[in-house]
Amino acid sequence: MVVDENLRVGGQLFKQIHKFFGSSAHQAGIRGIDIASKLLEEARECGVEVWLNSVVVGLFKEKKVAIKKKLSDDSEKLEIIQAKKIVIATGASEDAVRFKGWTLPGVMGAGAAQTMINVNRVLPGKRILMIGSGNVGLIVTYQLLQAGAEVVGVVEAAPQIGGYGVHAAKIRRAGVPIYTSHTILEARGDKGVEGAIICEVNDKWQPIKGTEKVFKVDTITIAAGLKPLIEIGMMHDCKCSFVPQLGGWVPLHDENMESSNSGIYLAGDTTGVEEASTALEEGRLAGTAIAEALKYVSLEEARKLKNEIWQRLNELRMGPFGKARMLAKNEILVGYKKRSKSLFK
Amino acid sequence: MRIDNHIILGKDERKEMVEIKVDGKTIQAKKGEMISAALIANEIRINRYTVKKKEARGIFCGIGQCTDCVMLVNGKPNVRTCVTPVEDGMIINTQYGLGRKE
Repeated sequence: MVVDENLRVGGQLFKQIHKFFGSSAHQAGIRGIDIASKLLEEARECGVEVWLNSVVVGLFKEKKVAIKKKLSDDSEKLEIIQAKKIVIATGASEDAVRFKGWTLPGVMGAGAAQTMINVNRVLPGKRILMIGSGNVGLIVTYQLLQAGAEVVGVVEAAPQIGGYGVHAAKIRRAGVPIYTSHTILEARGDKGVEGAIICEVNDKWQPIKGTEKVFKVDTITIAAGLKPLIEIGMMHDCKCSFVPQLGGWVPLHDENMESSNSGIYLAGDTTGVEEASTALEEGRLAGTAIAEALKYVSLEEARKLKNEIWQRLNELRMGPFGKARMLAKNEILVGYKKRSKSLFK
Repeated sequence: MRIDNHIILGKDERKEMVEIKVDGKTIQAKKGEMISAALIANEIRINRYTVKKKEARGIFCGIGQCTDCVMLVNGKPNVRTCVTPVEDGMIINTQYGLGRKE
């Protein structure tokens, strides 16, 4: 069964209206929303029970899960489920950037803006400034344009664009300037954003006086990276490690995605912020390993499937963008082995 | 502002509307949409004022994680409006501080 605190399944996939990247083995050319629908269909065919509006509030030894379930009459009930195996796939949350005025209504996460336009179909603002030029910043900028907003610029503190060139090219063709080596100084406004001030930064990331630019905007969206949501894993004492390339503290796991707690598996951004395509593969890997452990598939069959998945994962972690993630992910596997030798003998 | 026609998502097929009352004013919302979406569609972006400095806050994360968008909903304080759907006749009020249970 699947337990989700949200009102619908699919996590963030249902707001990914862009086509995915890579080769056809990695769902490239298909939009995130269509991948989500396909996965949901697959799960339904397998007879998976889905509990929505249900929050996991406790995880006990012997793999008992406490779930606060919302009933149809709006009352809540606590249910205890005894699991044989558990997969934690809680994803990540957006990082914020603090600057003067950053709490004003109208300053929001880029993901929040994306949810508003693509899921809720409302525009959070008419004139928008995007902070951050990673893939989220670039893609959401494009999607804001598609939704009918004006994006006055993308601000990037680093000297170069953070995300894929192809996404940057799309918004540059649409006329949106990208200000590299710039940062945001201030959001102006009384009871909501009315303007923004940005300026250049030097090679030590410090603002350079006299280089300020003022924009008249009603919304500022922040795309400054993501941080894994690891509370449930931590609550259950899954051993963690600090890996900046993957967004911060992440629970360690082995080649089967199994955490330091036997029978508790991890998948997706919760064990390192990457991309939806790698999250899908990690989920399949955990699923295959669980099926193997519970003897639903033979050892040979599982080995073959897992090898195929690992091959696809390694392909996804290649190239100038993927390589750092590959190295960081390897660190997790190595960290797990070291830890398992010293700690859980 | 609503996005009725979208280049990728097409036309918004949700036709059924409900009425909600925000700070005493009746506004139209699409059936089943999140409260915060209805507010944004009606150009309302202040959801609450903070406890100490009484500063205005609006939506920030949009997925129920940050609790910046909480309001008084049918008298209940601290309701996350970005993950709570509207219901016909719902009474929503700007939350001041921790909110007062009515």
